[in-house]
Amino acid sequence: MLRINCPWCGVRDELEFSFGGESHITRPTLDADDLQWSDYLFNKENPKGIHCEQWLHKFGCGRWFNVARDTVTHEIYAVYRMGEPKPDLAARDSD
Amino acid sequence: MKGYSAFELIRNAFSGHRHWKPVWRSPEIKKTYDVVLIGAGGHGLATAYNLAKHHGVKNIAVLEKGWLGGGNTGRNTQITRSNYYWPQSAAFFNHSLKLYERLSQELNFNVMLSQRGILTLAHSEHEMEGFRRWANAIRINDVDADMMTRSEIKKLVPLIDLDCRHPVHGGFIQRRGGISRHDAVAWGYARAADALGVDIIQQCEVTGFDIQSGRVRGVNTTRGKIGAGKVCFAVAGHTSHLAKMAGFRVPVTSMQLQAMVSEPIKPCLDTVVTSSVIHMYVSQSDRGELVFGGGADAYNSYAQRGGIPLLQENVAALLELLPAFSRLRVMRQWAGITDITPDTSPIMGKTPVQNLYISGGWGTGGYKAIPAGGDTMAYTIANDQPHSLIAEFGLDRFVSGKLIDEGAASGVAH
Repeated sequence: MLRINCPWCGVRDELEFSFGGESHITRPTLDADDLQWSDYLFNKENPKGIHCEQWLHKFGCGRWFNVARDTVTHEIYAVYRMGEPKPDLAARDSD
Repeated sequence: MKGYSAFELIRNAFSGHRHWKPVWRSPEIKKTYDVVLIGAGGHGLATAYNLAKHHGVKNIAVLEKGWLGGGNTGRNTQITRSNYYWPQSAAFFNHSLKLYERLSQELNFNVMLSQRGILTLAHSEHEMEGFRRWANAIRINDVDADMMTRSEIKKLVPLIDLDCRHPVHGGFIQRRGGISRHDAVAWGYARAADALGVDIIQQCEVTGFDIQSGRVRGVNTTRGKIGAGKVCFAVAGHTSHLAKMAGFRVPVTSMQLQAMVSEPIKPCLDTVVTSSVIHMYVSQSDRGELVFGGGADAYNSYAQRGGIPLLQENVAALLELLPAFSRLRVMRQWAGITDITPDTSPIMGKTPVQNLYISGGWGTGGYKAIPAGGDTMAYTIANDQPHSLIAEFGLDRFVSGKLIDEGAASGVAH
């Protein structure tokens, strides 16, 4: 069971949240070619190590936020709001 | 390779079965190989076997970071079927099922294929209509499928509670579907490949690729550099990890898919039952254990254990449909890391790096594809050109947009 620290509601069980996939994906400009669109639409970082991802506090405040979580240990290193930059966690990354 | 036979069994019985020989070698690593396969799971081993057997490639290594068949090949729920909607998928997976049907003879190793049928349940009239369309498409694809009424289902699975919370309206069955023994598939291919001279090297993790002017020349491993003419990786949940080492990105998300077994009981379930609505699938192994599972854990993971909330959901789903099992103990629970693609179809073929091939994106259903994956990938590697059965399963479909959406075809939705 993950215990996720919602920035607005505090620490709650994983069951209250739903997962929204990788964060910080930037939509390319309209003149992007097929390769760039494909990369944007489909390709994933999918790291073995720290993953920056979106979570929704579905059965709580109903707000989205970002989580930096290790995909091997499931340890959560940072919780931060949408729009904030990726935290610098290079020293803790096992990948 | 000494063939297994009734005679060999009796002969060895006279010496108390103490003189059976190991069935594959633990060879020294050579400096270079014509083909290096990364991952000694079903797909890697089957590809090696087919390369050696049918394409005359003699100098092959299969590298495995852990132990042979210890990844998803030894973690899946052993289901084989070919009840796919799209013609490309049906052709490929039915080829695989046909190869499974004679695999024990081909490998001289009993993979214990039991074609007990795979029953898919519908829980509403609308789902029944969808199933009629699906089953019809499957039959047009030259694969067997029969619609089932409630009474036919009750007769086939007497323990089922048809009037559970989401009452069963009917379903369809692929009678040629069933289960086999997953370890035997890995061991059978390993033994047959080893006999053809393939070096299977365990405890050897690939840490990088040697790529010069866009062409792969070898791999770096925890046991030194190994030169290679061609390289193929079939590493399931680690597909992104290997692609990153080779310098390209793939449309893959690694997720935990858990499964579990109950204590063994007398035979009581002689088909595979799946339900997408109740979100479970279950079969009974030849040892008597119920093997069951459900959806994948919701978030990216490489942890191979599976979360408790989903474990609880899986058990609850099983008991909803088959309440008689409520008194059984769960003996073991585990997870495999599945590499799920956006259209839940596999990625097979060439990569942006020359002479580097990919067999991945198998997601939650790679086991049933092992014989065909090995057959078609061996052809693809030997000829540097995709086999006709997998031509549409390449990485390039994500650029062209010609996806093969089989989201509905997995046993349960993930």
